[in-house]
Amino acid sequence: MEQLIQQVASGLANGAIYACVALALVMIFVSTDHINFAQGEMAMFSTYISWQLIQWGLDYWIAFFAAVAISFVAGVLIERIVLRPLHTAPVLSIIVVFIGLLAICNSVAGTVWSYLIKEYPTPFPKEVFGFSGLIGAHQLGVVVVTLLVLSLLFVFFRYTPLGLAMRAAAQNPVSARLAGVRVDWMLALGWGLAAAVGAVAGMMVAHIVYLDPNMMAGILLYAFAGALLGGISSPGGAVLGGFMVGVLENLVAYLGNAIEKGFGVYIIGNGEKLTVALIIVITVLTLKPSGLFGRVVVKRV
Amino acid sequence: MVALLEVNGLRAFYGQTQALYDVAFALEQGGITTLLGANGAGKTTTLRAICNMVRTEGRVAFDGQPITGRATESIVRLGVAHVPEGRGTFTTLTVEENLRIAAYTRGRSAEVKRDLDQVFEYFPRLRERIQQQAGTLSGGEQQMLAVSRALMLRPRLMLLDEPSFGLAPLIVQEIFRILRRINEESKVSMLLVEQNAALALDLADHAYVLETGRVVMAGPSSVVKNDENIRKSYLGY
Repeated sequence: MEQLIQQVASGLANGAIYACVALALVMIFVSTDHINFAQGEMAMFSTYISWQLIQWGLDYWIAFFAAVAISFVAGVLIERIVLRPLHTAPVLSIIVVFIGLLAICNSVAGTVWSYLIKEYPTPFPKEVFGFSGLIGAHQLGVVVVTLLVLSLLFVFFRYTPLGLAMRAAAQNPVSARLAGVRVDWMLALGWGLAAAVGAVAGMMVAHIVYLDPNMMAGILLYAFAGALLGGISSPGGAVLGGFMVGVLENLVAYLGNAIEKGFGVYIIGNGEKLTVALIIVITVLTLKPSGLFGRVVVKRV
Repeated sequence: MVALLEVNGLRAFYGQTQALYDVAFALEQGGITTLLGANGAGKTTTLRAICNMVRTEGRVAFDGQPITGRATESIVRLGVAHVPEGRGTFTTLTVEENLRIAAYTRGRSAEVKRDLDQVFEYFPRLRERIQQQAGTLSGGEQQMLAVSRALMLRPRLMLLDEPSFGLAPLIVQEIFRILRRINEESKVSMLLVEQNAALALDLADHAYVLETGRVVMAGPSSVVKNDENIRKSYLGY
């Protein structure tokens, strides 16, 4: 039983990371209909920036917030400089740009900081009072930090005039312009926020998976699965989907271990958990193509 | 006196296709002017061209100030509120959010609250539906919402694109009655595009008639109304 709770807890911690990246993907998707394949690599790059700042002697949290701020500005700039001119370009050109961004982030990080795997610090204490047996201190910290970030974003989008303008711009750009909303800047702001959320995810996960230029590849895949599972058009759904994928992959591994212990038959283990989790996601999507919480979009052709 | 809106040599293009040919007209402060014409005459395009929503050449001046080539949202912020064809509802947002968008630069101030109250005074039905998703409103209510959203911009000029489209006659009457009140009480000038010429000529003081992208007739509504060609083509008697 204790092992099950441990597995669920660590699943929640992973899920929190996926949820953040999934939300970053969805934030850009709802306003542009594009999936930013470079989201993970951008987050990885942000994590390196924070690592560098820590190396230079800055306190963890100062480096953390600095990296978030830098990522935000970088996200805004990427949208304004790289993507703005492609405003009316066909989807494939934009996908090529995303792949280019991914490759650039990856190789620049590799060149500057080398491809050697690095340890990444955790800001959380070693022991958590009361929970120590069930969930690791870092895992608990990850869940708390990401939930905080997600709630902040929720409040921002739900209750502030700027958040409202961003939602309006995403939903109906023409109408938003007619209401005086600077839609182009809202898009850039969306990119900034997505980059910032991604940075948080990267810095939280780096202690678990270690820092290297390819650390986000698998995570982006899980996050994408989570976003699809929850419904790619629904920010809340994407967050929930991210958590579900996280818990799901660990439950699969737990179940596999239990079966092996009980019956001595090896069916699935840690190695296959990604596969099984993705199979479950694909099954759900086959039955419910718009995701669990997504809206069915009716398009006139 | 300077005209509130002055349009000269306005040409508009959809890709290679030219939709307006040197359209010229002027709007007086405080008045209601209507653009009449058959389907495809260029009425909607004229409104879109004023707000720079299509590729445009020519000169548009608002309150003496040239606005040609400026971004749509900048023109809107100068006080030109465009109530678009199809109402432009933000379907997944609530009625209140739909209204607050137009005032988002003014934050959540008391002034915005007063403007909301003013809007609800014109359209009490919207107050009843304030927390409802705007997509669930009836067509008439969505039209009211579109006019209200435009009002929240505190406009000096309202561009109305077929506010009667697809609505029951009683609702249309109600909306047009309120449009007149808005014009008189809030001193908002209006440029009205309508298929329903009789209705438009009743509300407006001036009328321009468009045919295939050109102005073919202009004058006070009372004169246009009694023109034989207009009567035959647009009023049907």
